[in-house]
Amino acid sequence: MTQNEPIVVMKGITIEFPGVKALDGVDLRLYPGEVHALMGENGAGKSTMIKALTGVYKIDAGSITVEGKPQTFNGTGDAQNAGIATVYQEVNLCTNLSIGENVMLGHEVRGPLGINWKKTHQEARKYLDQMGLGHLDPHAPLNSISIAMQQLVAIARAMVIDAKVLILDEPTSSLDANEVQDLFAIMRKVRDSGVAILFVSHFLDQIYEITDRLTILRNGQFIKEVMTKDTPRNELISMMIGKSAEELSQIGAKKERRAIGADEKPIVSVKGLGRKGSIQPTDLDIYAGEVVGFAGLLGSGRTELGRLLYGADKPETGTYKLNGNQVSINDPHTALKHRIAYSTENRRDEGIIGDLTVRENILIALQAIRGMFKPIPKKEADEIVDKYMKELNVRPADPNKLIKNLSGGNQQKVLIARWLATHPELLILDEPTRGIDIGAKAEIQQAVLDLAEQGMGVVFISSELEEVVRLSDNIEVLKDRRKIAELENDATVSQETIVDTIASNNAGKEA
Amino acid sequence: MTSASTTAVKKTAKKSRRLDAQMIPTIAAVVIFILMLVMGQALFGTYTRLGFFSSLFIDHAYLIILAVAMTLPVLTGGINLSVGAIVAITAVVGVKMTMAGIPAPIAMIVMILIGMAFGLLAGVLIEEFNMQPFIATLATMFLARGIASIISTDSLVLPEDNNFDWVSAEIKIIDNPKISNDLSFNMGVVIAVLVVIFGYILLHKTRTGRTIYAIGGSRSSAELMGLPVKRTQYLIYFISTTLAAVASIVYTANIGSAKNTVGTGWELDAVAAVVIGGTIVTGGFGYVLGSVVGALVRSIIDPLTSDFGVPAEWTTIVVGLMILVFVVLQRVVSAVGKKE
Repeated sequence: MTQNEPIVVMKGITIEFPGVKALDGVDLRLYPGEVHALMGENGAGKSTMIKALTGVYKIDAGSITVEGKPQTFNGTGDAQNAGIATVYQEVNLCTNLSIGENVMLGHEVRGPLGINWKKTHQEARKYLDQMGLGHLDPHAPLNSISIAMQQLVAIARAMVIDAKVLILDEPTSSLDANEVQDLFAIMRKVRDSGVAILFVSHFLDQIYEITDRLTILRNGQFIKEVMTKDTPRNELISMMIGKSAEELSQIGAKKERRAIGADEKPIVSVKGLGRKGSIQPTDLDIYAGEVVGFAGLLGSGRTELGRLLYGADKPETGTYKLNGNQVSINDPHTALKHRIAYSTENRRDEGIIGDLTVRENILIALQAIRGMFKPIPKKEADEIVDKYMKELNVRPADPNKLIKNLSGGNQQKVLIARWLATHPELLILDEPTRGIDIGAKAEIQQAVLDLAEQGMGVVFISSELEEVVRLSDNIEVLKDRRKIAELENDATVSQETIVDTIASNNAGKEA
Repeated sequence: MTSASTTAVKKTAKKSRRLDAQMIPTIAAVVIFILMLVMGQALFGTYTRLGFFSSLFIDHAYLIILAVAMTLPVLTGGINLSVGAIVAITAVVGVKMTMAGIPAPIAMIVMILIGMAFGLLAGVLIEEFNMQPFIATLATMFLARGIASIISTDSLVLPEDNNFDWVSAEIKIIDNPKISNDLSFNMGVVIAVLVVIFGYILLHKTRTGRTIYAIGGSRSSAELMGLPVKRTQYLIYFISTTLAAVASIVYTANIGSAKNTVGTGWELDAVAAVVIGGTIVTGGFGYVLGSVVGALVRSIIDPLTSDFGVPAEWTTIVVGLMILVFVVLQRVVSAVGKKE
């Protein structure tokens, strides 16, 4: 589509951290008017590459040329001055300031009496209008709008600095389908104005929808630059993980619910479990050996229901039966004692403890159950750590590494290991595959199936309907903080079934 | 057309409500200040006198300056614990120099320079050695207090007809024949007003000011947005500590003497003023003018408690209770804000 010169040429980029070569001679070319995706598993070097281009990291070897001029970046300011703007996965704006102030921060219009706020807000409105965000009030506080909108505001901000290159680092990971379309509309607008966009996403559908060109990285090495339209998916995936497409085991072609025997008792049976403002009273049975999927849009109550089952939020209504016995699960500690475990969707803030090692992260929940004054014998601890790290294939296989230095997928595996070490009967996994690469995703999906096979009850919460349908025996469909349907998974149930169920249900609106 | 104007109205309504939510603690401080005045007036009958206001401002000009000085770091989520000790060291040095016959203007310049040096030191500790502002300024606090004590532990008195007079000399606007009811001010008050104006312009009319708020919102965001965070941090502690030296000049001129123990605990009075004035201690929200009101509230507690016949020691408890109330108020406000 473009025969012109690239705006950015990165050649032979090498970055070393103590003991690791994060990037080894990687090339990247960004063309004006193109969306370019950086592809690779977690740990392939995508974020390092982006940080090299945004001036966060200094490069040890190689060259960066922007519009023909060689550049050395000594900080994010330098990169911005060269016309490179970045929107990060976690929105990096200031929530204490207004929308307009955020857009214009550092570029306020100044008059003889200092900042001219009227003009500054007018400018902000102009840029928001350009992005099709004219409905936003620049005076409103940033935290009055959704994360998705904030991300779009961050893009408007990039336009203020007249960026020639716009980097979007996993902007879609917390957006729902509509919001992604809003984002893409803006991306197309920006692209058509001649800006080069560098896009990172784990969603292949999105990659194929929006990008023109791909650069594939693996283990810090440059693999190939290809045009998106000439590259079939399986070829792309095999380039990313370095295995041929056939080797990629298709996990559980599609699961169907097994028959529940008449004498089988559910592990967990709740009636009218609910909490005001979080989820309306819900009935739910979970049997041993079953994967129960929670499907629904962001804010539908799927996480809230999971948290309620675990006692992370205290239920206000309903009864809770565990193996036929009445219990009250009002806090996580009680839940763990009753062998119910919950792995959070918020891996970074509520999951891992970054400055502890992998080993400590695995053992911490078990230790908590046993009590702080009964240390786990070293031998037992070693066995536990070793067993689960092997079973879940945690890489690197070094239990003494700080968990924050692991890739997202491997952090997730460690978290699952943590809960498995407590030998749960019911394991609630909230978005265990979000934001992790394809290889780790497949491994985690397989682990879910294996655990159910071994007789564990698993609640599987995910925003990706495809994996919910593929893995679940039973699917609870949630909408507007209410359970609207329970689908026994069989050949007739597909993603469309769930989408239709959600779309056709309007009863919750008035409630 | 109609619908468009309705939404416009809605928008403004929304906007002003949000604005209110953010300003509630500050407004509450104003209300409480007025209530205290009314109560004082009703019970003791002296609290609306011109003379009362005059002395309130003259006696507490230094606290207003310190409140501004403290607002800057607190807005970024930091703190400057050294301000009280800076008052001590600069006061001791200034008075010593004047006693030695050095002209007051030179002494004052040296006082300011000492403030600047300590501000720079705090900046270096925080930015180059990656220290928490709390720890860095705790260190400079001990250092400044220690040096002040080494210089002298005596009560040093400014010599007669020193040139500090021009700061403290009262200027009468209304010369009231009734006793102690003149409307008057001195240069100390003028300096305090100038400092407040300076603080207001800095925070609301300059990019540096916006960067201060941005750091308070999220330092890493501010850095990723390409704002000059490091330079701004240096500037904050430099200005803050220098203003402490200015406060010292105003206070020393008023009192006419200095001692190494002067200003003990004033950093906390300044924090109290800032918090009462509605600035949130974790940073990002707050106003200089709020801090001024906070300083006035803090100042009026002293005459009130003494008029009530409450022992002076109780003032501390009253201040403590007020801070408690304001912090709780802020929590409630931010909780309500989040719900919206």
